[in-house]
Amino acid sequence: MNSRTEAFLAALLALAVLAAASTTPWLVFVLTLALAKGIAVLGILLLLRAGQVSFGHALFVAFSAYTVAFLAPKLGDATLLLPIGALFAGVLGLLVGLFVVRYREIFFGMLNLALSMVFYSLLEKLYTITKGTDGIRVPAATFLGRTLDRHGYEWALLLTALALAILCAVFARFYLASPMGQALSGIKTREARLEFMGVSARRVLLSAYVISAVMAGMSGALIAMTSRHVTPHLGYWTASGELVFIAILGGAGGVIGPFLGAIVFELVRVYAAASFADAWQLILGVVLLLVILFARGGLWGMVLKLCGRRA
Amino acid sequence: MAEWFADNGLLLGLALLDGLAYAALVFMVAVGLNLVFGVLRILNVAHGSLFAIGGYTAASLGAFAAARGLPDWMALPVLLLAAVIVGGIAGPLIERFLLRRIYSEEPVLQLLVTFALFMILEDVQKLVWGVQPLHHDAAMRWLGTVDVPFGTDVIPFTAYQLYVLPGVALITLVGLAWFLRRTLTGRVIVAVTTDREAATAMGIDAKKIFLLTFTFGAGLAALGGALASPTAALVPGVGAGTMVLSFAVVATAGLGQVEGAAIAALMIGLGRSIAVYFLPEAEVLVPYIIMVGVLLVRPNGLFGVTETRRI
Amino acid sequence: MSEVLLSAKGLRLAFGGVKAADGIDLDVLDGEFLAIIGPNGAGKTTFINMTTGYLKPQGGEIHFAGERILGLSPRAIVRRGIARSFQLPQLFTEHTVLENAAMAVAAREGFFSALKPLLRPAWREEAMDLLARFGLTAIAGTRADALNEGARKLADIAMAVALRPRLLLMDEPTSGVAASEKMEIVERLATVLRDARVTAVFVEHDMEVVGRFADRVAVWSQGRIAALGQPERILNDPDVRREVIGIETGGRHAAA
Repeated sequence: MNSRTEAFLAALLALAVLAAASTTPWLVFVLTLALAKGIAVLGILLLLRAGQVSFGHALFVAFSAYTVAFLAPKLGDATLLLPIGALFAGVLGLLVGLFVVRYREIFFGMLNLALSMVFYSLLEKLYTITKGTDGIRVPAATFLGRTLDRHGYEWALLLTALALAILCAVFARFYLASPMGQALSGIKTREARLEFMGVSARRVLLSAYVISAVMAGMSGALIAMTSRHVTPHLGYWTASGELVFIAILGGAGGVIGPFLGAIVFELVRVYAAASFADAWQLILGVVLLLVILFARGGLWGMVLKLCGRRA
Repeated sequence: MAEWFADNGLLLGLALLDGLAYAALVFMVAVGLNLVFGVLRILNVAHGSLFAIGGYTAASLGAFAAARGLPDWMALPVLLLAAVIVGGIAGPLIERFLLRRIYSEEPVLQLLVTFALFMILEDVQKLVWGVQPLHHDAAMRWLGTVDVPFGTDVIPFTAYQLYVLPGVALITLVGLAWFLRRTLTGRVIVAVTTDREAATAMGIDAKKIFLLTFTFGAGLAALGGALASPTAALVPGVGAGTMVLSFAVVATAGLGQVEGAAIAALMIGLGRSIAVYFLPEAEVLVPYIIMVGVLLVRPNGLFGVTETRRI
Repeated sequence: MSEVLLSAKGLRLAFGGVKAADGIDLDVLDGEFLAIIGPNGAGKTTFINMTTGYLKPQGGEIHFAGERILGLSPRAIVRRGIARSFQLPQLFTEHTVLENAAMAVAAREGFFSALKPLLRPAWREEAMDLLARFGLTAIAGTRADALNEGARKLADIAMAVALRPRLLLMDEPTSGVAASEKMEIVERLATVLRDARVTAVFVEHDMEVVGRFADRVAVWSQGRIAALGQPERILNDPDVRREVIGIETGGRHAAA
């Protein structure tokens, strides 16, 4: 697909989000969460390009969300909280990344899972700091110093999420076309060659890992400000699994896939999760298997097929 | 030092006994995970769920047996029966209908498939057994307690945790080592582990070996769960916790190692239970600190070997 | 022409009981084409692997352009001007031939630069020019996993050349190449290397190729250099003919 068609489809999706939100007020909240998750999934997609899957990226989402929750009472402005959340997640991503990029595939996936579970346990157990499973309430942030009413606050967050989503998608597209992005798939297919060309595969993967952590950080900050309440559950393995699920559902072939996947996921969840609360992971697991076994391109792959047929 | 020992000696003794029993359980799960990986080259992320399902099945069967008025000693064989049932049903089903479809896929897809299975089994367990804690300790009560001499004191400790758990783990370790080295089937399994292509070329029926190994590994996980069920209440999430813990053992030992898994399980089991008694806040951290520490010094684990790529 | 570019002294490496290198002494002169011949298992590839930092010898020394390179990582060695191609071509299989070549250009020019596309005009032009010199223009847009063996081999070497090395080590550059195109390919390769003033060491089983393109020939046998000299002398040596060429002729027929 050429970039003009992709930009057109992205604009279409953005307009659809705005239209849906303005006609159906309760969707504002749902779509903000969906876009926020989509940003984190975009980071997962970068790692998938390198043939790596992280089962622990909720670690960075939760880390940033708690950072925002702790700082919100003091620095209550979204324009400060968002970059700080992303920055903190990025720094943690660099530290964790220096360790995990030494590994591939099984170890990469499972070390990420193990580290995220450690962080989850800490959030749960260090009650004096984190209030355990009760979680922490996040006061409403101001936007550029202005306090907004509830309606205005929700819309401000939706527009921020949309702007960040577009920014991140455009960035990811440039990144994936650059030598570093192209080398990600080189790690999957022929890592030894990279080394024999004088390129450090670890450095290539580390750069993608830190970017993915920053994206997860933006996502976590948005989620904290939107849901106004952070709990350890944000960092549980099911949350990481959700990100991976959305990445596969949306399709790893293009930067719109994560957002398409996240929006479909959140909309279905609004309707289905209440009726199938006990079997929600089960349903996700079955759908994940079906997508992997029978529709590997995910939703974005289907869109591509439709466009291809028409062209 | 002497003073410290006078104050804390008993506690340390208890920690050691606890740690040994705990290490025995962890070993049972980790060695199954490692065996399956060695032969199938697939890390079964759902391995911990089989542990949990084994535990729940054992508790249900135990309660059923007690309600039917079966003699108390029956509580012990019931544990084994639960493992055989879970391993014998879940093992072949999963291998035949899921894993067999993905042996030639990319590693990342194999990971995603077993992760999907993990999501499914975690909910299956919740749907069948609910979310209330389940505890059935007839086996442990029937065996009573033993006074373990410790210096000038005695520590009362359950015979079940003192003899049964380490005993079964030891039998598993010795039996497995004997089976892999001394029997034809065992040697075939080792041959497939070392060089799958050569083994298949020699006419070894890899399909049969895979099925057998996976079923056996699943049975070991279920046995671990069944044996653990009298010692602690079963709660949702136990599968996920067990999974990351047994991965920590496997990573510390090195992928594919049997005896190494025993040593790593001891290190992690003892380390954790010492933390439980002396530094409870660090309980969840200790296994992973051990793992990360080992991996920083030896990236392939204590006994792991580097795989050299052929170029 | 007679300046020493690469100097290996007393290289030793054993795998279990097998001595893959048992005291290798070799000077490669600047600008020459040196062929390495010898039976399979004689340690020819091991020499390349040691020189490029992939294997660490248990004893000995390697100097390149006067600098000690033993113990350096493959990456550090590449940056000092030693590139290699592989017996089994190591291409990025999800990329096209053009992208593979551009990756090598990028690796040389600086990988972690700005977020400009891999196929930016300057790099695309250089990659296309490189492919043209190797006669690969027609398949520039083909994915690497869809190529035949000969094309993969050439693309693999082209990637090494794109790094602009001073020394190029090639592991069996013509194996898998159809006999009918072999001479043409080697001719083209020799021209590219001479134009770029690249010193070349290549492992080769085809004595016709060796006789025509090598300035010197080194005969490997059981981890040692059994003979070293001008092709006319080495290839007509009765011992070499019996020990190496005899076996290799059989091997070549079996492979073809």
